[in-house]
Amino acid sequence: MAMTATQKILAAHAGLREVHAGQLINATLDLVLSNDITAPVAVNEFHKAGFERVFDPSKVVFVLDHFTPNKDIKSAQNCKQLRIFAKEHGIGHFYDVGAMGIEHVLLPEKGLAAPGDLIIGADSHTCTYGALGAFSTGVGSTDAAAGIATGNAWFKVPSAIKVVLTGKPNEDVSGKDVILHLIGLIGVDGARYRSLEFFGDGIQYLSMDDRLCIANMAIECGAKNGIFPVDDVTKTYLKERVSRPYTAYEADADAEYDETIEINLSTLRPTASFPHLPSNTHTIDEIKTQFGKIAIDQAVIGSCTNGRMEDMRIAAAILKNKKTAPGVRVIVIPGSQEVYLGCVREGLAEIFVSAGAAFSTPTCGPCLGGHMGILADGEKCVSTTNRNFVGRMGHTESEVYLASPAVAAYSALRGYICGKEEF
Amino acid sequence: MAIRFEARGSVHKFGDNIDTDVIIPARYLNSFSEAELASHCMEDIDKEFKNNVKPGDVIVAGKNFGCGSSREHAPISIKASGISCVIAESFARIFYRNAINIGLPIIESAEAAKRIAAGEELEIDFKTGKIKNLSTNEEFLTEPFPEFIRKIIEKGGLLASL
Repeated sequence: MAMTATQKILAAHAGLREVHAGQLINATLDLVLSNDITAPVAVNEFHKAGFERVFDPSKVVFVLDHFTPNKDIKSAQNCKQLRIFAKEHGIGHFYDVGAMGIEHVLLPEKGLAAPGDLIIGADSHTCTYGALGAFSTGVGSTDAAAGIATGNAWFKVPSAIKVVLTGKPNEDVSGKDVILHLIGLIGVDGARYRSLEFFGDGIQYLSMDDRLCIANMAIECGAKNGIFPVDDVTKTYLKERVSRPYTAYEADADAEYDETIEINLSTLRPTASFPHLPSNTHTIDEIKTQFGKIAIDQAVIGSCTNGRMEDMRIAAAILKNKKTAPGVRVIVIPGSQEVYLGCVREGLAEIFVSAGAAFSTPTCGPCLGGHMGILADGEKCVSTTNRNFVGRMGHTESEVYLASPAVAAYSALRGYICGKEEF
Repeated sequence: MAIRFEARGSVHKFGDNIDTDVIIPARYLNSFSEAELASHCMEDIDKEFKNNVKPGDVIVAGKNFGCGSSREHAPISIKASGISCVIAESFARIFYRNAINIGLPIIESAEAAKRIAAGEELEIDFKTGKIKNLSTNEEFLTEPFPEFIRKIIEKGGLLASL
């Protein structure tokens, strides 16, 4: 029977020749990830169930990224508990302040995700690693605890949507615009329970950072995972990071898809998601003609969606030798220590600070309303993060507009949501 | 702790795309105390929910309930509020897994979710999947849990079932 790429990875990890959509399988895990919010719950469940040993300490990753450097005493206690657990069980990949990054920026950088892997993480944006041709999906703390204890998890094999990307995107269109456009097309539950499988000649024009951003937000249309084919861009990225052997899976030519969506990248425009759903999208041109100047109080550039080196370079190129608009708080958060160091070495840190931006150590921070940029009532923020639900970045009367690093940077200079046309 | 296989209570109704950020806002995720999470459940969408909810009550909602983050704190806060079951047109997949894994019964039924109104009294039999609306005498037959999920629930959660 013909299978999608996702189904092939699941079959291989379930020891089966083939699987079909809807089938329940038990699969072995290559990696189990958890963070400072979800791991404490997982660790408690692990102990409560009487487990004494982690299935394979080299396949367990803890990243302290959400409320770190610790924002309050409770968060500090939670991280302390994880440090003790990690030491006791010899957790192979434990990333604390000074070494950590935002988990989904960090894991690909460290070579912990490779094509063909099956990865679960107690964080919904674990779907990011599909950019590298892995099957990765978000789960809760109990699933993570079970994974940490046994190295296995149950899955319902998903059906899939085929997303065909054609054409070459314009210079001011990035991976963020592609995924926001797709979510706008199919809605926040348009791919619920299903895989998004990306195909097409347009993929060659998407950098690895673009693809990581696109796969990252697959969850925002409800998808179980989003997966890209492994090509030269992938192989180049992996060359310096992954030394172990990996398997690149390709969908069968006659694999069944629930539907096919074609997107011509050359027709896309910079896009923003209005409050309070990622699917509430408008192009930069629609914003100008239909909404005029939407004044912002804050701009955030960072997160597991857009906190990578390329995102920093795009923002810095726009902010270079300029000043952010009066009254706009601009917060730039590189996604990892490696990205932070890159910003320092390439002179981007100086550009951000000179422009009047705050330049922060890596953290998920404001994205989920944790710390480092909480909004007051009535405030508006343009943000390169991934969610704009009610109260996501602070007060329930605040508003988040999701956009690319370019749009966030242009908006930071003008004080209202705009693209390069305003310059 | 195994869940009961029947539930009876009155309905709290919500719309589509109820996300985990409104079910339990991230500012409370530095705690995993059930009582504390329950005291903030639904706070950003219905400030009175925590005062109005009674043990056994049922949440009935629209499409894509529980979308967003993977925080298990969301179903935990709902369960700890005393909610005996969530009925929705559809669920986001991580929330669905999490609810099963912590023993919060959930039922996917577009018909029931559409026809049941706030304040109505329900009686639910999880073994047969039958929802009885005691206020209107309407009955809804829904798909009972598949065998492997029933096993998880009977054992009192995923970890106890391993």
